[in-house]
Order: sequence, then C-alpha cells, then structure tokens
Amino acid sequence: MSGSEAGSNAGPEPPRPLGAEAEAEAEAAAEAGGLALYRLNVDGFLRTVSGAWLGDSLLTVLRDRLGVTAVKDACEQGRCGACSVLIDGRLAASCTVLAADADGTRVVTVAGLGASGLARAIQARFLSEGAVQCGFCTPGFVVAVTELLTRRPDADDQEIREALAGNLCRCTGYGRIVAAIRAVQQERGILPIGGEDDVEWHP
Amino acid sequence: MRRPDGPAKVHGRFRYVGDLQVPGMLHARTLRSPHPRARIRHLDTAAARRVPGVAVLVTAADVPGLATYGLIVADQPVFGGVRGEVRYAGEPVAAVAAVDARAARHALAAIEVDYEPLPPVTDPRRALAADTPTLHPNGNLFREIDIRHGEDGVHGPVVVEDDYAIGMQDQAFLAPEAAVAIPAADGGIDLLVATQWLHSDREQIAACLALPEQLVRLTLAGVGGAFGGREDITVQIHAALLARAAGAPVRIAYDRVESFLGHPHRHPARMRLRHTATHDGELVSVTARVLLDGGAYASSSPAVLANAITHAAGPYRVPHARLHGLVVRTNNPPCGAMRGFGVPQVTIGHEAQMDRLADALGLDPVGLRVRNALQPGDVLPTGQVLGGPLPARELITLVAARPLPPPAKHDPTGLSLPGGLPAMAEPSRVRRGIGYALAYKNLLFSEGVDDASTARVRLALAADGTPHAQVHSACAEVGQGFVTIAAQIARTELGIDQIELLPADTAVASAGSTSASRQTWMSGGAVRGACAAVVDRLLARVARAAGLPGPVVETARRSLTITGGQIVGAEVGLRMSVADALAMGPVEAEYTFHHRRTTALGAAGQGDPHVAFAAAAHRAVVDVDLDLGLVRVVSMALAQDCGTVLNPLALRGQVEGGTAQGLGLAVMEELVTDAGRVVNPTFHDYLIPTAADVPDLDFVAVTEPQPDAPYGVKGVGEAPTCTATPAIIAAIRAAVGRDLRRVPVRPHHLVGPPDADPPDADAASGGPFGEGPS
Ligand code: FES
Ligand code: FES
Repeated sequence: MSGSEAGSNAGPEPPRPLGAEAEAEAEAAAEAGGLALYRLNVDGFLRTVSGAWLGDSLLTVLRDRLGVTAVKDACEQGRCGACSVLIDGRLAASCTVLAADADGTRVVTVAGLGASGLARAIQARFLSEGAVQCGFCTPGFVVAVTELLTRRPDADDQEIREALAGNLCRCTGYGRIVAAIRAVQQERGILPIGGEDDVEWHP
Repeated sequence: MRRPDGPAKVHGRFRYVGDLQVPGMLHARTLRSPHPRARIRHLDTAAARRVPGVAVLVTAADVPGLATYGLIVADQPVFGGVRGEVRYAGEPVAAVAAVDARAARHALAAIEVDYEPLPPVTDPRRALAADTPTLHPNGNLFREIDIRHGEDGVHGPVVVEDDYAIGMQDQAFLAPEAAVAIPAADGGIDLLVATQWLHSDREQIAACLALPEQLVRLTLAGVGGAFGGREDITVQIHAALLARAAGAPVRIAYDRVESFLGHPHRHPARMRLRHTATHDGELVSVTARVLLDGGAYASSSPAVLANAITHAAGPYRVPHARLHGLVVRTNNPPCGAMRGFGVPQVTIGHEAQMDRLADALGLDPVGLRVRNALQPGDVLPTGQVLGGPLPARELITLVAARPLPPPAKHDPTGLSLPGGLPAMAEPSRVRRGIGYALAYKNLLFSEGVDDASTARVRLALAADGTPHAQVHSACAEVGQGFVTIAAQIARTELGIDQIELLPADTAVASAGSTSASRQTWMSGGAVRGACAAVVDRLLARVARAAGLPGPVVETARRSLTITGGQIVGAEVGLRMSVADALAMGPVEAEYTFHHRRTTALGAAGQGDPHVAFAAAAHRAVVDVDLDLGLVRVVSMALAQDCGTVLNPLALRGQVEGGTAQGLGLAVMEELVTDAGRVVNPTFHDYLIPTAADVPDLDFVAVTEPQPDAPYGVKGVGEAPTCTATPAIIAAIRAAVGRDLRRVPVRPHHLVGPPDADPPDADAASGGPFGEGPS
C-alpha cells in the first residue's frame, strides 16, 4: 500500500512538540515569573515544563504542554487506561499522577517503547490478530500489555483478562486483544502453539 | 489484508481529531443548561468576555442562519436561546473560544444565565397526556406507527403477555467529541471532524451558518469509535461559529462528562407484548405496544421507531399481528442512533416472550424458535415478502449444538466466580443458567430512502513508473475497517498492488452514513463500480490504440483481461502492460451505487420498507451468585448470517465487539436519569465491560451470499448486538427463576424481593403506556 500512515489520517500538519528554542524561552520566562518549573524524562528525552500548574496531571502536561499525543485522554478519572504510561517501569494512568511528582522519574509512553523487542512483538501481533479497530485504546493497551508480559511472561487467560481490566476498549470486545497476547506468548515459546480455536465456516 | 491505518495506531502516531494542532488555534468549551426544562430570562456574557485570554463567545444570538438543526427534522436549537426554552439538562447555551482551555472554562463560569425552571416532563407515558404541556412547537409526538397484519382478533389458545422495560444505553465510544474549524480566505470554512456522515454534517452546518454548501468543506479526522453516537451534530456548528467569529482556527473538545451529555443515546423503551400460539407451538398472533422515549429533540427517532416496530415480532412467522409504536418527546436527554437502531430493545422483549411461550407449552426454547423461524418467501407483518437468504433456523440450531463450557471448577483464586476476587462467592451458592436468543436486523436505510454512495477512482503512473490507484470516498472510517475493505476491493478489481485511499472529505459526493450496517455493501459497491469503470475505460483505450475494430473497443472487457499487471487479449492477439497503457495518461471514473428501491410504510403500516436482513443467534452461559446477585458471563456462542466474508479478521472484530456491547446492556450499562438529569455521566459510574467481563466468543459464520449485494456481502456489526443481551438475560432467568422484565439486570433484581423495580412501577396514569392518542 503506497498510502503512508499519515496519508490514511487527515490532518493539517503533524503535532508540534515544543522546539528546543521554545523550551529555552519558556524556561527563562518561568524562572523570571516564579512559575512551576521542572523537567520530565519522557521517552528518554529530558523535557522542560514551565508555566504548568502544580495541580496539572501528567496526562495534561504530556498532551497539552509537550505535544505527546501518543497518550490518549478518554476519562481523566483513572477508569479507562487510554492514558497508560510506565513510570520507572510501573504501569500508571497518567491522568491520576501529578506531573510535578513525575520529576526525577522515567516516563515511557507507547512512543518510547520502541527499543524493546517485546513491545515490537506486541505491536506486530495487535496488527496481525485484528486487535486494532478505532485504535484509541491501543497505545494504552500496548503499554499495559508490555508491562504485564514483562512482569508475568506466562500469564494465563484469566490473569491476562484481570490484569487488563483497567484498560477499556469499546470496539473489539477484547477477544482479538487477548488473542494477540497469546500469539506473543507462543512466538516467545511460552505457550504451546495451536491453542486457539478458530471460526467455523458454513458456506 | 491488514488495516492500512494499523501501524500508525499501534505506535501512537495516528492523529485523532482531539490530537490536532493548528498554528494560532484557539480552544473552545461549551456551557450547558443544568435544568431539564427552563426558560432563559436573561443571559449576561459581559463578564465572561472580559476574562483574560477569551477571544470570542457565541450564543443563540450569533447564529446567522437556521437556528435549529437535526438529522431528519431540524428541531434542535444550536443554542438554547433567550426567551426560548432549554429542553434537556445538558443543552448548550453558549460556547467560548480562548487562548487555552483553562481560560475558556473560566469564561464559562463567568457567564450569567438567569433560568426560570419549569416542571420537566420526564415520564414518556405522560408525554401525550391531555394535561401535559407541549414541549416544542412541533409537539410531543415524534412518530406513531400502527401495523396491522392478518386478521384482527384471531388468537391462539396459548397466551403469554407481559411488560418489559429497557434503560438508556450510551455508545460510550472511547475518544470524546472534538473538531477543528479553520476560517478560509474565500469566506468559507474548513472543518476537521470525527463524524459518521460528512455530507449530512455539511448540510446542517451550512444551513445554520447561512453559507452555500460548497463553502463548507469537511475532512474526516481520526475517529475513536462511533456506534451511532456520531451520527448527530455535536461540536461541529459551535466550532464553525466560533472560528468565523474569531477569524482564527478553533478546536473544540468535550471531556467524558460532556460526551455523555452531548450526543443522543439509545432510546429507553417500554413495551407490552402478547404472544398467542397453538397447543403444538405454532405462533398465531403477536400484539405489541412499544413506547420509545425520544428525549428532547427528534434526532433519528422517527426512523428508530420504524425499525423497532417493524422488528417487534422478531424473526418468526406470524399470521396475525398488531404492532403499535410511539416515540415521544420528553425533557430527558435526546435519543437517536446506536448500534442496532431500535432492534435491540424489541429483541429483548420478543425473546423473553418466546421463552415464556416455550415454558407455557412445555417445549424446548430452541425447538420453538426453529419451528417458527422465518424463511425466505415468508410474509412479514408489514406485508414485505422476505427475500434474500435468512438462515435463522440454521443459526439457532447451530448455536445450540456448540459444546458447553465445563461446569464451574473449584477456583481458590475466586477469579472465575461471579464478582471475581473482590466479591468472592461461596461456590455452593453459585447457579448456572443457559439462555438463547435469535434476531434479525435490517441492513441499509429503509422506507424508500435512496442512501446512495459515490466513489471516485483514479489510476495513474506513480513517480517510479508503477501503476498506482487513488480511491476517493467520503465514507467515514470510525474503526470498523472500511479502509481495509476499500483497499482490498480496489486491489482485486484493478489487479494492482499500489492503492492509496484519499482522506474522506466533502470534495467527493456523499457516501452516506457509516451506520445501518451499510458501508461494506454501499461504499464497497461504489468503490467496486468505480474500479470496474476505470478498467473498462483503460481496456477500451488499449483496444482503440491497438486499432481493434469498433465493436471490440466498445466491449473491450469481453476480449481483454488484466492479470498480473498485464492486459491480455489472447483472441485478438494483444498484450500490453498496465504501466504502458497508463503511459498514455491516467484513467479516472466515478460511480454511484444504489440499493434496490424500498417503499415507505403506508396505511396499516404496510409496505416494502427494508432492503434486506441479517440474522444472528447467541447462546449465553452465566453463573449467578445467589447471595450477592452478581453475574458472571461464562461463555458466549454466536452463529451469524454473514453473507460473503471479505475480511475474516474484521468480521471477527465486529461480532466480538457487538457481543460485548450487548453484554454491557444486559448487566451493567445504563445512563440513569433523575428528574431529567443524568446522574452517572462518567466511566466511574457508567460501567462498560472490561476484558474480565467478556468471555471468549465461540463463533460460527454462516456465509450464504446476498444476491443483490456486491460480492454477496451483508453488514455484520449490528445483529450480534441485538441477540447478546436477551441471551444473557435468558440465562440469568434460567439460573435464578425470576421474570426479569427490566434491563439491565441489577443485583437487587436477583436477590431483592421478587420483581423489584417492575417495568410499570412508576406508572402515573394507570396503564404502562399512559394516555395515548389511540
Ligand atoms: S484518561 Fe486516564 S484512565 Fe482514562
Ligand atoms: S479499538 Fe476502539 S476503543 Fe479499542
């Protein structure tokens, strides 16, 4: 398919993370004005946050101040998991964490999982098993599944379903998401191949 | 074939409408009425306009064109106005655009609205009573349909009759509403929206802005789910008004609470059903009265009622029927389209009745359904003769034969018991139940509507000299996978690999709505037709260039074929690569697909209203904790009438997602109102199923092709949503031995006094339907 990823989704221009110059400017302004000023390590990059309220959630700061739109906002109440990130390797709903409290931690979003072979395998299986429809829950799920399979590589069906109960998906009914996780486990030799019962066809 | 938008989605690079940034963009928020019914005496925006950072503020006074909008009837005000009434709690009153969202929120708080609250009408049974005030100049009745079929007064000796009530479900798509509006130099406006139907949006926006339609240009931005909830206008007109007033781009966005208040929901329903049969189980008559609460504005209520009432007897042969339906206006939140479009509600009713009837007859519920299931050639209550395949009998038989799950095992973790770990059940107090449901659901728009779809295809050489096709359709991809299907069709028809889908926008003619299970059939048909026209033109060109005689040129498809990038005509001795043929210039074609003509409902509700149907059958197995009233859905099996399957993965995703939404309606999902106000507009209080709630789906696809559809396809997303709910309710009934006439089923329905919360509990006027016009 020659349609690029961007081509399949209309938009006037890519999201604009603040440039280094703008960040320096903001920093100077914040220091001058005595506003909240801190740094966040997001996906391995040190980002300066200034002018944010101390009460702003990590989700708000990531999306609105730093332009990190890979983290999704669907409830702001810790109920949907669309905003899932790893904070020092632990799964968190970024809407329930104060951004200022994440100062000094390592925040990883789906965009920063790339280096991990596990995350790549999960992403590939989400695609091949049909776990993506509208995709709005997908970044959060990829983060949550990466954390789960790091902690419990051989999680069984029930454990998987319980562990992911904090991530809502309205499109898939979860069947293909669980199938994708089982496929990753198979691929990694954790699960015997051929457990999956498939559709029966009656022409 | 995988989703073309998949890689961007798994990496978090896919841009949803709420992710868009435009230079100089303002941020907008909406002020909503807290009252379900009130007169606005005075609206003072002076202080709000002075809030630092505020750019513009708009109210009803700033709407230059039509003051109202709507999918079918323009009865909904863009803003509740001064000296006008607001008619539901959550109705927009003003919108503000500011430099950031915080300033916009501060400004909303500074708007002074002097409301004179009026007593709201919140019981739909009272909507048509003589002493109920008229809530809108259009009156309180959206539509009434009275279907009379067979002979009046002919009934069988075995009778079951009861009332049922269904609560208000929400689509709860995951990405809340948002839009970006950008004023254009030509005086028009460009909008990036997440919608189900670009051209309907455009028509409504243009009318309210008093702009010619060609100056209102819409492009589909990334859509995070829809399920009917994006068929109506929400943010679009407000964003456009603000952007034009500010002369700057505006992004408007809802949070979850606003999303719950901002779009129409699934209609709450009440019904009384009476089924009669012979002693050996043949249905003789069905009498149905169905009352839908349409809420404050029409939305798609008239069409939802037609769907509900024409399907009210279910997929069964019924010689005599009287089906009477009403959809009324109240001061409750507006209701409109949601997956299943009126059919899930009546399916809950007719399937409960079929189980009751089986019980009364001492028959097996599967056997009773098999015996009465519709078959092609049967006459429906509207007089329509059922065409096309409808393997209803086969489906219910197949699903009943699926292996049952093993009995509940001793589980020290408690995870597999109802309530899971936090509410560990005492295993000896857990009961298992099995239930079945069968339904059929119409496909495409009904009642004489010609909801055509147009697509444009352009075949040309790419920069590297390889053939490359651009497919242009305004079909809204909302997650369902049309982008995959469209590319698959184009690849198949054109015989080339390089397919590019242009963004869906209003630069091409309408594709109709992404609803009614219609896009694979309708827009799939349009893409296929456009591709076929491109191939015809290309082959004719090649034949002409090769100097073949006129008749061969005119019917080039008969003598030439495209295979593996080569145009070959063995009999006429021709061979040319597609690339060489395209070197003479690109080929382009547009095609509009129409489905077969249907008719409106005439006298006595008779006609030929529906294009076609798809059927589904579910079997549910549940465990119920008899002490706490908690339910665990242990297993779901589904047999579904799918037509030809173009993409097995997409099919599976649709039926699993549809099943999960039906499960939600059965045991957890209800938007609860108190005196017209939604009391649970958050994911904290409105629960949707999680991975721990939804079991694996055992799925059997029956793939009889639909003769008049492209490739023989059928829409697949809606039928399983209709059957999942009643199958689960039936299984719970079987486990606890209660009637369960109110859906969703709550723990207190299972452990409280019998028949807590009956469907007719709050009848203020005697009968379950109050005073009606007939
Ligand atoms: S947005 Fe954070 S959990 Fe929903
Ligand atoms: S794919 Fe749409 S919410 Fe999960």
